[in-house]
Amino acid sequence: MRAVDDTGSPVPPEKPRHKPARISRTAMPERGPEERARDFDEVTLGYTEEMARAEASRCLQCRNATCIDGCPVNIDIKSFIGGIIDGDYHEAVAILKERNALPAICGRVCPQEEQCEAACVLARKGEPVAIGRLERWLGDFDLACELEHRCVPEVGPDSGKRVAVIGSGPAGLACAGELRRFGHAVTVFESLHATGGVLTYGIPEFRLPKHIVQAEVGLLEEMGVEIRCDVVVGATYTIDELMTAEGYDAVFIGNGAGLPMFMGIPGENLNGVYSANEFLTRVNLMRAYEFPKADTPVWRGRKVAVVGGGNVAMDAARTAKRLGAEEVFLVYRRTEDEMPARKEEVHHAREEGIEFKMLCSPAEILGNDGFVTGLVANRMELGEPDASGRRSPVCVLGQDFTIDCDTLIMAIGTRANPLLAQTTPDLELSSRGYVLADEHGATSKRGVFAGGDIVTGSATVILAMGAGKVAARAIDRWLKPGAE
Amino acid sequence: MFRIVHTRQLSDAVFEMGVEAPAIAAKARAGQFLILRVAEGGERIPLTFSDWSAEEGWIRFIFMRVGKTTHQLSHLQVGDALTDVVGPLGVPTHTEGLGRVAVVGGGVGAAVAYPVSRAMCDAGAEVTVILGARNADLLILEDEFRALPLKELIIATDDGSAGRKDLVTAPLKELCESGAIDASMAIGPAIMMKFCAATTKPYGVPCVVSLNPIMVDGTGMCGACRVTVGGQTRFGCVDGPDFDGHLVDFEELMSRQRVYTDDERLADAEYHRECSCGP
Ligand SMILES: Cc1cc2nc3c(=O)[nH]c(=O)nc-3n(C[C@H](O)[C@H](O)[C@H](O)COP(=O)(O)OP(=O)(O)OC[C@H]3O[C@@H](n4cnc5c(N)ncnc54)[C@H](O)[C@@H]3O)c2cc1C
Ligand SMILES: Cc1cc2nc3c(=O)[nH]c(=O)nc-3n(C[C@H](O)[C@H](O)[C@H](O)COP(=O)(O)OP(=O)(O)OC[C@H]3O[C@@H](n4cnc5c(N)ncnc54)[C@H](O)[C@@H]3O)c2cc1C
Ligand code: SF4
Ligand code: SF4
Ligand code: FES
Repeated sequence: MRAVDDTGSPVPPEKPRHKPARISRTAMPERGPEERARDFDEVTLGYTEEMARAEASRCLQCRNATCIDGCPVNIDIKSFIGGIIDGDYHEAVAILKERNALPAICGRVCPQEEQCEAACVLARKGEPVAIGRLERWLGDFDLACELEHRCVPEVGPDSGKRVAVIGSGPAGLACAGELRRFGHAVTVFESLHATGGVLTYGIPEFRLPKHIVQAEVGLLEEMGVEIRCDVVVGATYTIDELMTAEGYDAVFIGNGAGLPMFMGIPGENLNGVYSANEFLTRVNLMRAYEFPKADTPVWRGRKVAVVGGGNVAMDAARTAKRLGAEEVFLVYRRTEDEMPARKEEVHHAREEGIEFKMLCSPAEILGNDGFVTGLVANRMELGEPDASGRRSPVCVLGQDFTIDCDTLIMAIGTRANPLLAQTTPDLELSSRGYVLADEHGATSKRGVFAGGDIVTGSATVILAMGAGKVAARAIDRWLKPGAE
Repeated sequence: MFRIVHTRQLSDAVFEMGVEAPAIAAKARAGQFLILRVAEGGERIPLTFSDWSAEEGWIRFIFMRVGKTTHQLSHLQVGDALTDVVGPLGVPTHTEGLGRVAVVGGGVGAAVAYPVSRAMCDAGAEVTVILGARNADLLILEDEFRALPLKELIIATDDGSAGRKDLVTAPLKELCESGAIDASMAIGPAIMMKFCAATTKPYGVPCVVSLNPIMVDGTGMCGACRVTVGGQTRFGCVDGPDFDGHLVDFEELMSRQRVYTDDERLADAEYHRECSCGP
C-alpha cells in the first residue's frame, strides 16, 4: 500500500537512510607556522567540497540531536549537515541562516569545542563532528555565490516603523537584519569609520579576513539596511534625539564593551605600553601593518610581552609576531588549563613560537627615557578554587623576576564605555556600568532595547548575535499597533 | 563624505577649513574637537572646532601643517570632500560663572582660544587674552579677537615683531601678581602649557589646560590618549581634553607625543616623494 497523507495525496518515499561513515575527523588544511607567522593572510584554509562531504558523512543524524542544545542560538545543526550529505547546499545555507546571519564568521571564531561540538554525541569518543568547519564551509560557499544566488533573507512588507541600531558589531548587525525581515526601516549608527565592531577592529585579518565581514555587511545593505558611520551616539545624537527629532520609533543599543582596562601598576603609561584595543585597532582597522602605505604607525617591538590569557591576548601576541617581533611572551597569572582562549588559538600561537610564561603577574613596568624596557613580575601559584570554581592564583613572596621587553600589551579585559549611558539618564545600568536588559533585551527606557557585550560584558560573537536577534523580535512586538 | 565649504590660509603653515556637517554643527561647544580622515587609508587626527554655525550647518577648524595628514589637508579646496568627520568629542570647556579670567593662546592654540574666549565673554566673564607666537607672521586670528568684547588683548612674540618681546608667561605672571585674574586657561604646545601652569600655581590661580595627546578613536576605546593627572590615569579624549594644569604630568605628555616621530617623518618623506609638492 502506498502512503498517503491527510489529503489523500501520495507521500514521496523516504530518502534512503544515511549510513554514517566511520572515518576519523577530517583535518582542515592550514598554512605552516613558519610561513603564516610572517604575513597577515588567513591561517586556516577551510575545507574543500570533498572534505566537507566526507566530514558531513560522519554525522549520525541522531534522533536526539544533542549538538543543537550546545549551540547558543540553537542552529538546526543536524538538518544543515543533512543538507550537505544530500548535496543540497543552498538548503543547508538557508537552515543555517534561519538562526545565524553570519555563518562564515561564526564558523571561524565560535568556541565550538565548548559549544556545539562539545554536545555532539561523537564527542564522547573524542572526535565530534567538525560542526564549525562545516558551518564555515557553507558560509564561504554562500559568499562565493553571485549575489542573486546568495541566500538573502526575505524582507517583510514595509511596516512604516523606523528603528535606530547603535553599533555595527555582531549584535547590531544581527538585530538590523532581523528587523528588515519584519519590514521595519533600519539605520545602523557606527562611531568608527568602518563597520563590524570587534570583527573589524579586534579580531585580526589572519583569523577573520575583513572582506568576509564587509561582504556580510554588504548583504544587509542589499536588504535595505542604512548604515551611517562616523556617528557617535551620545555625542552626535543622544538616544532621546534619535527618538524625537530624528523620528525613530525604537532603538537597539549594541555598542559593545570597548573600554580597555589597565592594571594600575607603575610605568603603565610608558611609550610602548599599549592596550590590546589600541594595538589591534592600529593594526586591523588602521592597517598599520601596511605603514607607510597606510598612514597610521604602530610601534614594532622586537621583544613583546602580552599580559592576559584570552582570545584577545592570543590575537595581540600573534599580531606582534607578524609585525616582526623576535620574541613574544604571553604573561598569564594562572596556567594554560585556565586560559579562556579558544584551544585552537592557543595551539596556533604555540606553533608560531609564542612563549608562554604561566603563573606570573605583572607588578611593575620598567622604562628608560620614556620607553618601556622590561616587566617585573611576581611568581604565582594556584590556591583554593574561587567563586567561579577556578583555582585562584596567589603570589609567591620573594620570587620576582624581570622580563626584558620593548613593547608591552595589556590584554586584561574591557568594560562598558560610559559615553552613551552618561547622556541617557533614564537608562538603568548595573553596578559595573552595563545596560540592564530583560531576557528579551528590553531596558528600563521605553522603546529602547539592548544586547551583546554591553549587556553581558565581554562574551562571544554568537551570543552577541543571538541577543541582537532576540531583541529584534521584542522590538517587532513592541512596534506592532496596539502593543505597549 | 563631508564637503569642504571654506578654506583660508592664515599664515605660512596655518590654515582654516570649513566643512559641511549639520549634525555636528548643531552640537559643537567651545573646547570640543572632531576627528577626521582625509581619505581612505588615512590616519584619524583630532582637531579642535574653531567656529561653527548650527543654522548653516558647517563647522570650522584651524590646523598647522606639521606632517602628512595636515599636509594633505592643506592641499584641499572648496568643493573637495573629507572621507570622515566625527564629533563633537570631548567635554566642552567650562565657560560659565567665571569672573576675571586670562586665556592664553600659543601658536595654533589661538584657534582654540578663540571660541573659548568668545563663549566666556557670552557667559559674562571678564576676559583678558594673551596671544603668543614666535613672530608676527605666525600670529593668527588677531582681528577676530579684537572683535570680541575683551578686557584686554595682549600680544607677545619671541622676537618682538608684534606686541611685546616676551614669552606669554610674562604678562600672565603680571596679571597674577596684580591680582587681576581669578582663573586662567592655557592652550598651546605642551611646553607652553606646562610653564603657564607653573606660573599661576604660586598665586593660587587655577589654570585649565587643553591637552593634545595622540589619539586614535577619540571615544574612549583605545587608551592611546592616556595622561596622568593628579597621579591618576585619565583618557584625554573622553575625560578631557581640559584638565587642571597644576596636576598634569607634562613630562609624560610630551614624551608620549613623541612616540611615532621617526615613523611620521618616514610617512611624510614618502608622501612628499609621491606628491612632489615640497615641504
Ligand atoms: C581581539 C578580540 C578577539 C575576540 N575573539 C573572539 C573569538 O574568537 N570568538 C568569539 O566568539 N568572540 C571573540 N571575541 C569577543 C567578541 O568579538 C565580542 O563578544 C563581540 O564582538 C561583541 O559584539 P557586540 O556587537 O556586542 O559589540 P562590538 O563587536 O564591540 O561592537 C560594538 C560596535 O558599536 C560601536 N559603538 C560603540 N559605541 C558607540 C556609540 N556611542 N555610537 C555608535 N557606535 C558605537 C563600536 O565602534 C563597535 O563597532 C573577541 C574580542 C576581541 C576584542
Ligand atoms: C584634542 C586635540 C585637539 C587638537 N587640536 C588641534 C588644532 O585645533 N589645530 C592643530 O593644528 N592641531 C591640533 N591638534 C594636533 C593635531 O591633531 C596634530 O597636529 C595632527 O594629528 C598631526 O598630524 P599629521 O599627520 O599632519 O602629522 P604627524 O607627522 O603624523 O605628527 C606630528 C605630531 O602631531 C602629533 N600627532 C600625530 N598624530 C596624532 C594623532 N592621531 N592625534 C594627536 N596628535 C597626533 C604628534 O605629536 C606628532 O609628533 C590637536 C590634538 C588633539 C589631541
Ligand atoms: S553558531 Fe557556533 S555554536 Fe552554533 S553551531 Fe555554529 S559554530 Fe556551533
Ligand atoms: S550530535 Fe553530532 S552526530 Fe548527532 S546529529 Fe549532531 S552533529 Fe550529528
Ligand atoms: S583616543 Fe582612544 S581612548 Fe582616547
